[in-house]
Amino acid sequence: MPVNLKPTDVVIVGLGAAGGVAVLPLTQAGLDVIGLEAGTWLRPDDFAPDELRNNFRGWPQAVQKANREIPTHRTSSSAPTSPRLLIHPMMNAVGGTTLHYWAQSWRLNPWDFKVVSETTRRYGASRIPKGSTIEDWPFGLDELEPYYDKVEYEIGVSGQAGNIKGKIDPRGNTFEGARAREYPMPPLRGTGFTEMMGDAARKLGWRPFPGPAAITTRAYQGRTGCAYHGYCARGGCHINAKGSTAVTTIPKAQATKRLSIVSEAHVTTIEVGANGRVSGVNYIKGGTEYFQPARVVLVASYVYENARLLLLSKSKAFPNGLSNNHGQVGRHYFSHNQIGSVTALFPKRLNNWYGLPAQGVAVDEWADDNFDHSGLDFIGGGNLWVYSDRRPISAAGMSTYGKAPRWGAAWKAFIKQNADSWNVSYLQKTTLPYEANYLDLDPTVKDPLGFPVCRITADYQENERRVSTFIQDKMVEWYKAAGATATEKTGMGTMGPTTHAYGGTRMGDNPETNVVDKWGFSHEAPNLGILGASVMGTSGARNPTLTAQALAWRTADRLAKNWKNIAT
Amino acid sequence: MDHSDDILVTRRELLKRVGVAGAAAAVPIDAIAQATREPFETLTAAEGATLEAIVARLIPTDASGPGAAEAHAARYIDRALGGFLAPFLVAYRGGLSGIESYARTAKGAPFTQLPAQDQDAVLTDVESNKGFPAAGLFFNVVLSHTIQGTFCDPFYGGNANFVGWDLIGYPGIRLTATANDQRMDVSPAPTHMSAYDFSMFSRKKPDAR
Repeated sequence: MPVNLKPTDVVIVGLGAAGGVAVLPLTQAGLDVIGLEAGTWLRPDDFAPDELRNNFRGWPQAVQKANREIPTHRTSSSAPTSPRLLIHPMMNAVGGTTLHYWAQSWRLNPWDFKVVSETTRRYGASRIPKGSTIEDWPFGLDELEPYYDKVEYEIGVSGQAGNIKGKIDPRGNTFEGARAREYPMPPLRGTGFTEMMGDAARKLGWRPFPGPAAITTRAYQGRTGCAYHGYCARGGCHINAKGSTAVTTIPKAQATKRLSIVSEAHVTTIEVGANGRVSGVNYIKGGTEYFQPARVVLVASYVYENARLLLLSKSKAFPNGLSNNHGQVGRHYFSHNQIGSVTALFPKRLNNWYGLPAQGVAVDEWADDNFDHSGLDFIGGGNLWVYSDRRPISAAGMSTYGKAPRWGAAWKAFIKQNADSWNVSYLQKTTLPYEANYLDLDPTVKDPLGFPVCRITADYQENERRVSTFIQDKMVEWYKAAGATATEKTGMGTMGPTTHAYGGTRMGDNPETNVVDKWGFSHEAPNLGILGASVMGTSGARNPTLTAQALAWRTADRLAKNWKNIAT
Repeated sequence: MDHSDDILVTRRELLKRVGVAGAAAAVPIDAIAQATREPFETLTAAEGATLEAIVARLIPTDASGPGAAEAHAARYIDRALGGFLAPFLVAYRGGLSGIESYARTAKGAPFTQLPAQDQDAVLTDVESNKGFPAAGLFFNVVLSHTIQGTFCDPFYGGNANFVGWDLIGYPGIRLTATANDQRMDVSPAPTHMSAYDFSMFSRKKPDAR
């Protein structure tokens, strides 16, 4: 029998990007919150600039809970299982993957909330790809704007606004929806390379702009400005310039004395009472089983674990898994179409050795519905992004663009000349949910405790392939305008485990097709809330984290303001 | 720490093994000294000698500067095979002996004793999956680990004296990079420091294997 703990108001499963934000409005509203986190605290001196460890050996994921339960993948229900990843793309820690993410902190564009109605209005309903289960969000960008704003100011997002209350500023993204005010900090600085790329974009008639990042560009709330040292990607920040929830919202919540953090807590199941309401969660820490009763449970692990935890939590009221009486848990899963890229070779050194993936220049002309799709055979598009980031092992692992062999004297002479002369772009593209793509429990693969791991059955469809081809061509055009002498396109991969996973507990008004309501609470178990990108029904063409965080704040705010209704 | 005794043992071991192959007299003493610069921790001396010869062809020492030999890429791989890369040890044992057998069959001598152009010919065959089962796969593994061993932080035993970073012009680890360090027309001076040379990180070193 598990050890029964003292009841609390709210228990949150996972203190990463989403859970780590939600604790702040909850505790500030006077609620007692227990945060259960599978990882531990990590500190600035844990984050050495060590490419081998961070980028090739998967530290710290390699030693964590997540790595013992890496989802399996197959491209369709009749396909064989794909080779399993060796390192989980996400990490466990207080702060979760915000400790070492790229920290690009975009708001979605207005179109991303209204893909079905806007596509139908502009091009006709027949343009919604066949087999897609896409729906409009239950609200528009204007509803989420105040929460984007709160998160941007709490975690500290730097950037250049392009639209303040309808006033367009061409220095920023002119396609963004209206925001109430400027970013709290100016954008990360430009570099020789990003300025060269910006000039090339303007030559093409495009409007390049610096992207938003949860990274300080000056002293902000006790943290210092970014040092641009070059080990930001999959490396935590040695000076806390990265706005991880571990150094922003979580410490602020702790200061209220209402947040209690239990680290190295492995949550196994959510308990349900006879009335169909959730009553708390079971977890294991140090070999002991505990039951933490709570009036409200917020699940905030990650897309795969959110769905898995619900599916593992079977009860009399929910025989097929918690909140799954409509069979929607695991449905509408997709992983972002972000792998298909373009690399380029330039006839000179770019000096990209320092910087960070968030220090770059973006082009949004070809994203979402920012261009006319009348004569095209797809909907959506992609955001083009180039940045200053290079480390020696990956630099030497460059393509030789057909100009040299893979090894030996000629290869060595080639990389000596070119290791700092190539670049790789980051192209995030519209991705849709489909009937054929879903998450469930793997019938054979289990974690060390004997619980089945999450199984992904998903692959890109024709719309994603067409978007990818179109966007890669645009990127080639941009690189050539900047003087690239050679370009190469990379494959788009498949929908296996990724840092940009969506769906599985989608948000929407219709309980027949969605797990949570427009506030993020279960349609079936009213005191269960779900946080993270698992509630998102569209991806847009940009990183999901800020949207997941704004949604988490909104759900927490809803809970705090309607405590009695939701908790009893 | 004084490794001289180990080196003697290793050298004797190498001679013995090469002797078994019937070619002891053909091994130039300099080559042995080179191959046994430090004792191997995971591989046998003979396996290590083969690996050293392979990495020296993958990233050769030539007019463009020091290569994988000077970077001690083989030392990196040997150490890592006792640590993070331990799951590859069986593949290395099989692959290294496969390359030696294939060298004898195709070129009539141990790989370590072939002239460079014959070594390259053997490696080219191995790359195209000839010589032994899964040869191409093994080639790719060794190539990627050789690149790691040549360009990694010297903390892990490779990139000795920063020869890898100097080769490709990486100016090295700086905890702060200035705007000037990011201009295209500048070349910041090499720092020649390991991450763990910085006091901030020296207290929490990872496993060097």
